[in-house]
Amino acid sequence: MSTEILARIQFAFTVAFHYIYPPLSIGLGLLMVIFESIYVRTGNKEFHTLARFWTRIFALTFGIGVATGIVMEFEFGTNWAVYSRYVGDVFGSALAAEGVFAFALESGFLGVLIFGWNRVRPGVHLVATIGVFLGSMFSAIWIVVANSWQQTPAGYHIVGKGLEARAEITDFWAMVFNPSTLDRISHVYLGAFLSGTFLVLSVHAYYIIKGKHVDISKKAFKITLAVATLCTLLQLFSGSKSAEGVGAHQPAKLAAMEGVWEEHQPADMYLLGWVNKERQTTTGLAVPNGLSYLMYRDMNHPVTGLKSFDKEDRPGQINAVFQFYHLMILIGMTLIGLTIFGMIQLRRGKLFEQRWLLWVFVIAAILPQIANKVGWYTAEMGRQPWVVYGQLRTGAAFSKHVTASQVTFSLILFSLLYLLLFILFVYLLNKKLQHGITEDDGDMNTGVRAEITETIVN
Amino acid sequence: METLLGIDYPTWWFLVVGALFSGYAILDGFDFGAGAWHLFFRKEQSRRIALNAIGPVWDGNEVWLVIGGGALFAGFPVVYATLFSAMYIPFMLFLCFLILRAISIEFRSKEPGAIWRRNWDVVYGVSSIALPVLLGIVLGNVLEGIAVGKELNYVGNGFFEFLNPYALMMGVTALSLFMLHGAIYLLLKTEDRLFAKLTILIKGAIVFFVVSFSITTLYTLIYVSKVAEHVKSSPVFFILPLLGFLSIANIPRLVIKRRFRWAFIFSSLTIAFMFGVVALELYPNLLLSSIDSSYTISIYKAASSLKTLKIMMLMVAIGGPLVLTYTAFVYRTFRGKVKLDNTSY
Repeated sequence: MSTEILARIQFAFTVAFHYIYPPLSIGLGLLMVIFESIYVRTGNKEFHTLARFWTRIFALTFGIGVATGIVMEFEFGTNWAVYSRYVGDVFGSALAAEGVFAFALESGFLGVLIFGWNRVRPGVHLVATIGVFLGSMFSAIWIVVANSWQQTPAGYHIVGKGLEARAEITDFWAMVFNPSTLDRISHVYLGAFLSGTFLVLSVHAYYIIKGKHVDISKKAFKITLAVATLCTLLQLFSGSKSAEGVGAHQPAKLAAMEGVWEEHQPADMYLLGWVNKERQTTTGLAVPNGLSYLMYRDMNHPVTGLKSFDKEDRPGQINAVFQFYHLMILIGMTLIGLTIFGMIQLRRGKLFEQRWLLWVFVIAAILPQIANKVGWYTAEMGRQPWVVYGQLRTGAAFSKHVTASQVTFSLILFSLLYLLLFILFVYLLNKKLQHGITEDDGDMNTGVRAEITETIVN
Repeated sequence: METLLGIDYPTWWFLVVGALFSGYAILDGFDFGAGAWHLFFRKEQSRRIALNAIGPVWDGNEVWLVIGGGALFAGFPVVYATLFSAMYIPFMLFLCFLILRAISIEFRSKEPGAIWRRNWDVVYGVSSIALPVLLGIVLGNVLEGIAVGKELNYVGNGFFEFLNPYALMMGVTALSLFMLHGAIYLLLKTEDRLFAKLTILIKGAIVFFVVSFSITTLYTLIYVSKVAEHVKSSPVFFILPLLGFLSIANIPRLVIKRRFRWAFIFSSLTIAFMFGVVALELYPNLLLSSIDSSYTISIYKAASSLKTLKIMMLMVAIGGPLVLTYTAFVYRTFRGKVKLDNTSY
């Protein structure tokens, strides 16, 4: 395989793995702030216990998120040298802002959040929790700004030619608030909140089913379900707004997402379907003229189809983009149905009696994860063949003098390492959940177990 | 060219990047160093204390790497692209060890079993040794020069190009400096048995550092003579290396007098002076071309637009004090000797 393909595989793999963790951290962070605020306001010890329990899970996801995130930053330089030169002036300042304003806030307060329970007053500890949560939110802003700029570049001009060509900022705020930033940041936030809230719902549903920590779990479940319901509904609006933005600024991507081929005709909206790239057709179950209506509130408004673009300017994997996009929507709709049904059952006082429903919530934790993944696949694969939309092709952006053998080496290294990391993550997550909601960490560093360890090791 | 206080913007950003890298080396340096000693401690209790001495701060220390990398990317994208693709293998190994080290710190305490913990101890100790060595190797390559071609991109070839005697010597020297630095940090954070053990180990640390530092310095002056050109050109430039030597010489004196806080300040200063000397030697260049000196990348060739540099100077002016404030807050919260409790690793 060529260096380019290997570099693409490595980046896709490392970023997909990385993105399991930051949304969880952001979502769990929100709930930790809620739980701990309730404790500080009411003095109810149960919420202190809850906050501590979820902080331990948070620490696990955060640690892996940071470690795998540094890889992403380095890969820009190591594998995508041409890209780095091209976007450095624009992208770099967003990345620097992330480091200075967001990352330092997160990691600075993280020590106090995790190790400071006995060292600082509850109010001060809450400040640290909020600091870490805000830090993770800021950090999402800057990275999404940078990525949105790649989708819908603005506030820049091109200087130089050939290898020396690069984008330079002409208007910082136009770059920050490029046409897709706001739609995408809200979409990313809600996706992150959903992955966090659904993990919390899953765990507490499991405890209720198993008859462990039932009272505390019911309280946590109710609060979290309310947050989750709000987020699923908001996500519907955010998602539709995002799609409109894509239609306006990245027509080739929208055409791929919905499998639209014909140049200027009203377009259907597929619920399910299959795109045939060779025959340039899409077949499936569709709402006639649905896409035209959704985009323009007009059944007869034409939509730009894939045939309007030269072959080399169309995304390479049209069917994949189509399927990922539709899977995301399917999951989104399922989550809306599930949370609303849950809320109705809660109002009727029957939620915790229906074991099957609780089991659905246990399993549902995986759904926002999948939706986040396929949503990003849609965004990134739909942007192809461009790395900077309309400006720089992905095929021109990689490091030319890094050899295929070097990338193979690092790809194998990362594959093994991430496999190990994932196994350990699942193992430890399970262990923490088995240990249950308690004040102590269950790390067996205190008491009799620790003394046994001491004796064995010495 | 537009200037701020009489200094042009690329130079300002050169200073910012230099300051961030020195800050990173000082901060992550002591926790790498502490980790490098880990396998020298035999008792579980000692290992836990040593680990918890860096527990609340190591993650924050690593942020400086992210910020430093981001600052280099943003301010000098050409250097970022060329250096990182040239140093592909060392940087990839660096990342892997960084991840292994992070998970060994996090996961070690999660199981009580002796075998589990010993294995993580080995991962932690080995990665803490490998990381400074790899950083030193990259620095060695930067000082010697890299295969930079006509279009200011990396044109070298070869899996093992980064490995050469000088780079390896720099790697060992970086390790010895961080081990000294880390041992002093641990002396500040420990008491009783572990403290007593460290007072013995630190003597070895001093010898290890002085020997490897002297060999590398001599080698630099004799074989990599272009590196020392700047210092030789004007007596004023002798001040920085001189200060470096003085602060190194001061460390054993302070250790013997058991003034560890001052010793730590001076080992930090030593790192800062060394970065100062490197910066002085390179300026106004960042990447020396080993192919043709006209391909050498200077800060002016590599810099981002004036507008970007100005925006980022503003960010540093606002964000810098914030970062220092919460760094100070964290170190204050966890000041004093390590006491293990139910939140510890």
